[in-house]
Amino acid sequence: MANLHLQDIKKAFGSIEVIKGVNLTVNHGEFCVFVGPSGCGKSTLLRMISGLDTVSSGRIMIDDDLVNDVAAADRGLSMVFQSYALYPHMSVRQNLSFGLENLNTPRKLIQQKIGEVAAMLQIEELLDRKPKDLSGGQRQRVAIGRAVVREPRIFLFDEPLSNLDAELRVDMRAEIAQLHKRLGNTMIYVTHDQVEAMTMADKIAVLRAGVVEQFGAPLDLYHYPVNRFVAGFIGSPKMNFLNGQVVSAVRGEVSLAAGRGMALQADSFDLADNAEVVAGIRPNAVSIAELNEADVTVEVHGVERLGGESYLYTRTSDGSSVTVNIQGETSQEIGQTVGLSVDVDKVHLFDRETGISLRRQQA
Amino acid sequence: MARMISYCMRIIEIPMLYLQKRLGISRLAWVFLLPNLLLFGLFAFLPVVLNFVYAMTGSDQILLQDRTFVGMGNYQTLTSCEDFLNPNSCKDDLFWRAVYNTFWFVLLQVGFMVGFALLTALMLNSKIRARGFFRSVFFFPVLLSPVVVALIWKWILQREGLANAALEGMGFDTINWLLDRHWAFFWSVFISVWAHMGFYTLILLAGLQAIPRDVYEAASMDAASPFRTFRRITLPLLMPTMIVVLVLSLIKSVQTFDEVYAFTGGGPGSATTLLIQYVYETGFAGTPRLFGLASAASILLAVVLVILTCLQLWASRRNVNG
Amino acid sequence: MGKAIAFLTRTRGRGDGSQRLHWTDWFTYGYLFLGIVLMFGPVVWLVMSSFKTDAELNNFPPRFLPYAQESVVLDGHKKPLPLFTVTEGELAGTQVAQVRRVGIVSQMVKLDAPDEIIKIKVKEREPVEKLALAWENYTDLFKRFNFLQFLWNSTFITIISTLIMLLVNSMAAFALSKYEFRGRTTVLALIIGTLMIPQTVVLVPLFLVVREMGMINSLWGVIIPGAATPTGVFLLRQYMLTIPDEILDAARMDKASEWKIYWRIILPLSAPAIAVLAILAIMWRWNDFLWPLIVLSRTENFTLQLALNSFQGEMQTQWSSLLAMTVLTLLPIAVVFAFLQKYIATGIASTGGK
Repeated sequence: MANLHLQDIKKAFGSIEVIKGVNLTVNHGEFCVFVGPSGCGKSTLLRMISGLDTVSSGRIMIDDDLVNDVAAADRGLSMVFQSYALYPHMSVRQNLSFGLENLNTPRKLIQQKIGEVAAMLQIEELLDRKPKDLSGGQRQRVAIGRAVVREPRIFLFDEPLSNLDAELRVDMRAEIAQLHKRLGNTMIYVTHDQVEAMTMADKIAVLRAGVVEQFGAPLDLYHYPVNRFVAGFIGSPKMNFLNGQVVSAVRGEVSLAAGRGMALQADSFDLADNAEVVAGIRPNAVSIAELNEADVTVEVHGVERLGGESYLYTRTSDGSSVTVNIQGETSQEIGQTVGLSVDVDKVHLFDRETGISLRRQQA
Repeated sequence: MARMISYCMRIIEIPMLYLQKRLGISRLAWVFLLPNLLLFGLFAFLPVVLNFVYAMTGSDQILLQDRTFVGMGNYQTLTSCEDFLNPNSCKDDLFWRAVYNTFWFVLLQVGFMVGFALLTALMLNSKIRARGFFRSVFFFPVLLSPVVVALIWKWILQREGLANAALEGMGFDTINWLLDRHWAFFWSVFISVWAHMGFYTLILLAGLQAIPRDVYEAASMDAASPFRTFRRITLPLLMPTMIVVLVLSLIKSVQTFDEVYAFTGGGPGSATTLLIQYVYETGFAGTPRLFGLASAASILLAVVLVILTCLQLWASRRNVNG
Repeated sequence: MGKAIAFLTRTRGRGDGSQRLHWTDWFTYGYLFLGIVLMFGPVVWLVMSSFKTDAELNNFPPRFLPYAQESVVLDGHKKPLPLFTVTEGELAGTQVAQVRRVGIVSQMVKLDAPDEIIKIKVKEREPVEKLALAWENYTDLFKRFNFLQFLWNSTFITIISTLIMLLVNSMAAFALSKYEFRGRTTVLALIIGTLMIPQTVVLVPLFLVVREMGMINSLWGVIIPGAATPTGVFLLRQYMLTIPDEILDAARMDKASEWKIYWRIILPLSAPAIAVLAILAIMWRWNDFLWPLIVLSRTENFTLQLALNSFQGEMQTQWSSLLAMTVLTLLPIAVVFAFLQKYIATGIASTGGK
């Protein structure tokens, strides 16, 4: 069992507070991803969990033990680094055994464990090579192997895939997910790539400026973002945001600045008459419609045809950009004016001032 | 051997681990620094402070408590001259001879050495075969010990040596090189240039090779003559390196002792006695041992060195920024 | 031969495609070959001379190759006798052995009649010589002088001082490059400060410190102060700054202590810089002169450099031993240079001297 509790974690460098009170619980066996734009504090948070950085205040508990003052080495964690941080002067085998030697593991056992891990990660034939003779993907495997072989309570990953090319990244993503399934350990994974977060995580923590904006299952975040930031960050292509105003809170009528009004399900939202709102509409929640029936009229200024699906990049009369995802092919051309209809069930509403979602929390 | 070192390291790890647990990682840095700071403190910082104390005390005792305070007396001894340009009129005439010798030595040695180093570097930088070989030819004397350098040349310049054989072969009279004050001085400068030139050649060559090729190609497109190219392109671009080389060689030249001492012993008379030799002989070789006077002289030398070092730091900073 | 000249005079393809040498090329090669003569010549001359017998060394004008007079052992004479060729008179052309010389007349014997003394004028004979290396110059060093003692002193000082310097400097460089702590800038500034005060200007107080520690006339008096140079700290720190911190973090996660990180991670990864520093340190200590001259005053403590210097005063006429000793002193550095010259050159260029 390895649960992780973060209680009111804060971190300040001098007078600059980079982590502003994080509370989080990761249960045993969960794959938890910290995601956020660069500079949001996600790596700092991870380093504090690892023990490489100290916390300014708050409590880090692993399995109900307070580990604030426990050295990195003694927390029973292992970490995969962004640059892999393999020991360049040691062979792969020595890289894997270094940590075990430090734990005074008997030689035989070390060899046995290395054998198992190497087989699992398919790096057996690389064992006697030096890191400089490995490809990026192979180094990545070795770095993961080094973390696995120590059998830690919790795995920490610090943007481990960001140095790989796109194709390899997809492969490794699947492999790490598989590894998690096989080992069943708690894993904490930091990335700035929301696709990685969505595809791998059991739980995602979206961070911004040292604050956890939302913590939950990937699809919860996708369907029920608590604010405009999370809504915009999760999901690809990004959610479209259109300014609007509540016409009638009771009937759920919202007028869009760049189009007609929409009638939403009034009981799903906390609305107030005349409130300034932002409507969040995902690219797949809009479709092409006849101009006279359209909720919004836009001008096309970019078309991407991918065969199976197409993307229209359009702009409304007030300058907001709207991305439209169309299944199959499209005949739209740049410069055309098209009408869009909105799937009202999939519309999100946010307070224009605070960005907080106006959707009622699920009961 | 390797196993023994590994064993030692493992033993040191035990107290280090304890200290790490007690002090925390950032204070452990001081533990790593400690041996070095101890060495520096005892053998670099402390002597600097003591030097000032010595310079203000007299007597031939080494222990400070046995020494008498004389204030600025030592400096006065050193600097009391009727005519500064005439060492004979000075109270400590050897000091002033050493000062003048050092002055001329530095001027000539640095001048010739940097000049030849530049010429050699330019030659090595042109399109030649076997550059690596020629580079090491000019460089290897840098590695020789000063005493060996002195003996090599002493053997050539001895009364019945190669140099005199060559003179006689050409029909000249032989010369007793090291017993003539002017020749002895000349050869002191010569062997010192011979021994150290390669070092500065190497630095200048690195500076030359850092000048991008395309600058020269652009110049040849502009039909610049080789001489003009050198004056308008090579020299200005090499200037930062030149300054570093000049200052560095000045700093070292002022401190010359070993090869000249082993070569001439400062003679004939005091014709090749340089400042450091004065300090050495006043403080250690002669009787009574005038530690105070030696300290005072070395402080005067240190002032020159500090100025030169500041120049060097300034030059290398400019070098980095430029 | 023609081919060789063609090879040597071929230039590296000039822009206009011509294969002729420009006059500037001639000048360059002229300068460089003059450089070879001037730089190598004296050392070659030294080595050649060190293999000459005392008699040959006293010859003027000197010859390039080492010759030695031949001698023969004849019946009735205990010692080998030097061989001569007679140049004038009725015996011209025959080889004779000299028994003794009286003034300008030599008493000679024919090789086939060893008992019959002939008198020949000194001018009318010429020694019979052959090329011979006078190895006895070298073997004498070991027999008649304490050469091994000096060699040992020099080696001991060089090795121990270099090891201490590498250990202490690398530890300091590690602390200064990989830890954030208060006072770091101050320490760095202090170390820069020591760059300004070379040993040569603090000789007197340094002597006191070393004396008070009881290290006068002890090899340790040379070893310990020699290890206190700031160059190494700078060189190593500069290199260690390029080692990514993530590797250290990885090692910390691997439960390595800070000391283990130092010697299992940092030291091996700094090997190139350490090698450069080691070469420099070996060179400095091996060639050291002024400080040992002050500290070591007993002959049995002399380093090779001191021994050479003191013998050149004592053995003014005994060049044969002195030259052999000079060659042996120069030899280790020459060997090191031959193997590591590229390393040394780049190393020295990168530190910009001391």
